[in-house]
Amino acid sequence: MIIGTCFFVSLISYRKKVVYYIMEQQIKMILPNELLTETLRLKNEGYRLVAITCTNKNGLELSYSFDKEYNFLNLRFVTDTKTEIDSISNIYSYAFLYENEIKELFGVHIVNIVIDFNNNLYKIPVKTPFNMKKEEE
Amino acid sequence: MGNRTVIPFGPQHPVLPEPIHLDLMLEDERVVEAIPRIGYIHRGLEKLVEKKDFQQYTYVAERICGICSFMHGMGYCMTIESIMDIKIPERAEFLRTIWAELSRMHSHLLWLGLSADAFGFESLHMHTWRLREQVLDIFEETTGGRVIFSVCEIGGVRKDISPETLDKIDRILTDMEKELKEITHVFLSDSSVKYRTKGIGVLSKQAAFDLGAVGPMAKASGIKRDLRTQGYAAYGKLKFEPIIETDGDSYARTSVRIKEVFQAVDLIKQAIAIIPEGGINVKVTGNPNGEYFTRVEQPRGSAMYYVKASGSKFLDRFRVRTPTFANVPALLETLKGCSLADVPILILTIDPCISCTER
Repeated sequence: MIIGTCFFVSLISYRKKVVYYIMEQQIKMILPNELLTETLRLKNEGYRLVAITCTNKNGLELSYSFDKEYNFLNLRFVTDTKTEIDSISNIYSYAFLYENEIKELFGVHIVNIVIDFNNNLYKIPVKTPFNMKKEEE
Repeated sequence: MGNRTVIPFGPQHPVLPEPIHLDLMLEDERVVEAIPRIGYIHRGLEKLVEKKDFQQYTYVAERICGICSFMHGMGYCMTIESIMDIKIPERAEFLRTIWAELSRMHSHLLWLGLSADAFGFESLHMHTWRLREQVLDIFEETTGGRVIFSVCEIGGVRKDISPETLDKIDRILTDMEKELKEITHVFLSDSSVKYRTKGIGVLSKQAAFDLGAVGPMAKASGIKRDLRTQGYAAYGKLKFEPIIETDGDSYARTSVRIKEVFQAVDLIKQAIAIIPEGGINVKVTGNPNGEYFTRVEQPRGSAMYYVKASGSKFLDRFRVRTPTFANVPALLETLKGCSLADVPILILTIDPCISCTER
């Protein structure tokens, strides 16, 4: 029930600042232009980047997962393939691999990646294979 | 400044069990920079959630990796169980822990053998893998498989281990421990091994933290972080402390893995001693609806699993962040300043699993 409520909250609040919890896991909804500020704040608080996840359902939903002493926190926003998203690799240098992967598989327009493979991280012949429906549309 | 040369390393190289490519920028014999390139074996396994239902996908999750296959299956099942609020039987938790720790032994022994092979110590390589065979024999006897077990399912496990077999495993591990001590003594004391590992590829604690290193790579640099301490499966009922070293070099990473083998033996023995009786699985009805992040401590480090579902039998998204993916930046850091001759052993030092990384 709690999960369902939280999930519903997430659906209606993509463009609002909302913090909600799925069990003990914190998910903070942000706007794309707040990404660098929020990431820098977490870095200064001692959080480490765990992963960046993209989900292609009702838009491209990006989740940036962080950890500090087992405390797990996610920054989340929804974007599309046209909007420029700033790379966080200037804050967390090792984010470059996650960002290259998402850029290549989903077509998220991430800019200023420290090491940019220009959609050639994986040797795949198909363009944005994890976002085929969008391409067809 | 000496002559600068770029040397391509991999994707095919005698020391690499799986393909990864590095462009090594050399100044004379010293590496000054390394640029990685992966993507030779990307299988798109995450995308398969759209074709296989959430029950069938357990088999796909197990095939992400041939070494951590059980842990991938377990991580996936734990994620679905969290979304569906399924409480699995306590005995199943213990059985999962036993197979997970046997997998850790198998993985570390495999790595130790590969490592010995990489610096040319053939007999040590063979002895290490001879011991690993005993672990694979236990897998075969308890699950029917030596690499892919297919015993983990959503709601528990498919197979039980009889009390007689548990006693037998306990005896095998007791005997194995003696041989392990003899062999690992060589890794930690032999002058030729120390020459290739001591002071090589040093990763400071700060660098390991800043570069997101996980598992033995981070622990060898003094970062005390082990997700098993959070008590998933039956770990909350077992006594152990994360193993750390502080030198941050190849020797320290070898030492962490060796100590984790002995720790795994101890954890399995503890689990065998207190495993409760009872069922091994619960019936699962309905489809998952919601999302969840799960993290488990694999032999190579922490892995993250994410599932998003919307009530259908097909999931919206499955995502796994494997330890090797997290350790690649730390590898690049250790390569800086090393000799060209040390590159193979340093690549091995993160225990790379490229199948996992690319999925």
